[in-house]
Amino acid sequence: MFRYVPLMLKNALRNRRRSTLTILSIAASLCLLGVMFALYRGLFLAPPKPGQELRLVARHKVSMTQPLPVSYEARIRQLPGVREAMVWQWFGGVYKDARDRRNFFARFCIEPDKLFRVRPELEMPDEQKRAFERLRTGAVASSDLAERMGWKIGERIFLTGDIYPVNPELTLVGIFKDPNTNETLFFSYFYLRELLGAGPRGDMVGTFQIQAENAEAVPRLAKAIDTMFENSTAPTKTETEQAFALQFVSFLGNIKLYLMIICAAVTFTILLVSANTMAMSVRERVREIGILKTLGYTPGAILFMILGEAGVIALMGGALGLLLASGMTAALRQGPTFVGAMRTLSITPDVGALSLALAFLIGVGSSLIPAWNAARTSILEALRDSG
Amino acid sequence: MAIPLAYNLRNLTVRKTTTIMTALGIALTVSVLVAVLALVNGLRTAFETAANPLNILVMRKGANAELTGGLARSVFEDLKSKPGIARAADGHPLASLELVTVINLPSVQNPEGTNVTVRGLTEVGLELREHVKIAEGRWFRAGRREVVVGKSVAKRFPDAQIGRKLRFGKGEWDVVGAMDAGQSATNSEIFCDLNQMSGDFNRFDGLSSALVRVPDAVSVDALINSINDDQRLNATARTEQQYMDSQTNSAAPIQYLGVFVSIIMAVGSSFAAMNTMYAAVARRAKEVGTLRVLGFSRGSILTSFFFESLLLSLLGGVLGCLLVLPLNNVTTGLMTFSTFSEIAFNFRVGPEAMAIGVAFALVMGAIGGLFPARMAAKKEILVALRDI
Repeated sequence: MFRYVPLMLKNALRNRRRSTLTILSIAASLCLLGVMFALYRGLFLAPPKPGQELRLVARHKVSMTQPLPVSYEARIRQLPGVREAMVWQWFGGVYKDARDRRNFFARFCIEPDKLFRVRPELEMPDEQKRAFERLRTGAVASSDLAERMGWKIGERIFLTGDIYPVNPELTLVGIFKDPNTNETLFFSYFYLRELLGAGPRGDMVGTFQIQAENAEAVPRLAKAIDTMFENSTAPTKTETEQAFALQFVSFLGNIKLYLMIICAAVTFTILLVSANTMAMSVRERVREIGILKTLGYTPGAILFMILGEAGVIALMGGALGLLLASGMTAALRQGPTFVGAMRTLSITPDVGALSLALAFLIGVGSSLIPAWNAARTSILEALRDSG
Repeated sequence: MAIPLAYNLRNLTVRKTTTIMTALGIALTVSVLVAVLALVNGLRTAFETAANPLNILVMRKGANAELTGGLARSVFEDLKSKPGIARAADGHPLASLELVTVINLPSVQNPEGTNVTVRGLTEVGLELREHVKIAEGRWFRAGRREVVVGKSVAKRFPDAQIGRKLRFGKGEWDVVGAMDAGQSATNSEIFCDLNQMSGDFNRFDGLSSALVRVPDAVSVDALINSINDDQRLNATARTEQQYMDSQTNSAAPIQYLGVFVSIIMAVGSSFAAMNTMYAAVARRAKEVGTLRVLGFSRGSILTSFFFESLLLSLLGGVLGCLLVLPLNNVTTGLMTFSTFSEIAFNFRVGPEAMAIGVAFALVMGAIGGLFPARMAAKKEILVALRDI
């Protein structure tokens, strides 16, 4: 069979313009398919990020906008299997000017003495940790954020509250390293309470972050916490941090379905393009195929040659498409995003292999009918054809 | 002299398979674009029809969403007496204090629970929403634990039926009516009595927002400025329409995704169209030569092939629109970051979306047809005629 390979390659290159156009067309489609696969993988199949395996988030059963009593924290901490529990409150607010997207980054109110135990993947020098615990108006930023904003230790950061009617005036006392490259600013929940003054608002928080002692405890804890508060006025929903993060994605509607529809449309387009090319190419060569048959090529050999030609073209288009896709994912990683999965978007080997295999299958599958027809044509008929 | 269009039409029909395959490729690209436009269009309609141009929404300064609106009762008392607010026939100011929150109810699709917006309001609030009509049952009565559900809510939540009870806040609420709000997002809300609700959620002072009516379009800006400048109120006012427009932005990520996808697909389809047209030119070399001998100029050959490509893509564009048409009025849901609950709305495949889709197809056809047409026009008569 493999002695036909040179002939196959020659055939593929015979109408250069058509092959090039087909390859480019398949490349464009496959580039898209690659990005969609990568997106799907990043959103739904990615392994937990560093530090996420043991972390749970407890929120109000309805949504994180409904507050929970801060007193829950002490009760959660008593459960066996909990290493640490901490207030985790989205502050929101506005930094400088909300209309400029570059001023957008996550701002959370937390407990400074517990932050690095609940999030052990964060690294910060010890003296900065102590400074953060000492200074009530202190704040710490991830190195990615500090770098982008050009902040140095001692920087004054003024926020205007939108969810909370207060305006914290913070001083940057530490810069931590986050392996997940999130852009985050943390400041003390106790400072927020102080600003809010007496009243019910300060006693309510959005979510708690919980670090479990080991992986076995994670599912058990989620259930235990939810059962504990089941019949209270504020029932909870506790889930892994990864599952918690996915709900933001679900806000965009049924993303899984969208991605699948797009992939189906793209796949079908590749099928059409490839089938069309092979049909055109075979039509032009009817007489040639007749000659090959006269020379003794079996219908099987001819079938194999045409299928192979289609496969080669599809593979070349696929390879080019993947190259484009990896460029595109690199560009998307730089862009402003609010879904964490976009920061690590890339064409991983499994995504690449899947896309290439799909391209090859489509290429071969689409040329089945023209190839079959060509293989079946009788010699006389083929030779009579005028092209 | 121009070559008759019938020549191109016949050429397209003679090579049916190729024509259909190329057109289908273009059609798929167009349908992705039109579907996304229809989704965004539907969401926009849902929000736009919920707004009255004479209504002004007031929230605490800095708040951007009703859910975190945080308007205090005392502020509302001051606000209500501001000059410039329209009055009803019996003299009471058309100003409605409202509380908005989200509850979680088991739905048909999601027995675990889906979020729904609940709005507490008084009778004035209903007066300010002319687009909302009671479809079945009756309105809730002040001081009772009664709710009226939007028609999309009634459709999706088995418990939200007249005569049944919903559990939220501190206990059970009777469903006494279903409301029809046309195409608007209000269909995805539940209405109930403000004071009952503020009791249930311990929100006695910090409520959400106020909706006020101005008598005519001229006084809209005056009242907004007057509220924004009033230090005592510490509130922000905007027209209800502006607020709803900003809600439409929650579909922006999907819009970007859709446009990005369709542009890349269009690149692929353009190459495919180019391929088809090159093949058409190559096969018809003799014809081109004959046409030239008959006296048709290079220009008319160029135009003819270019038109053929446009025709091909037009077919694709129309096919693409037809493919999306069944989506029209299909209901879908979308969560928004400012409501934290799902808004149900219908896809709207409108004339604009289809026009954009067809135009998009024609661009693909033009790009795909230009170079092959030029090649056809450049052919020397003798060479073309000798070609087999």
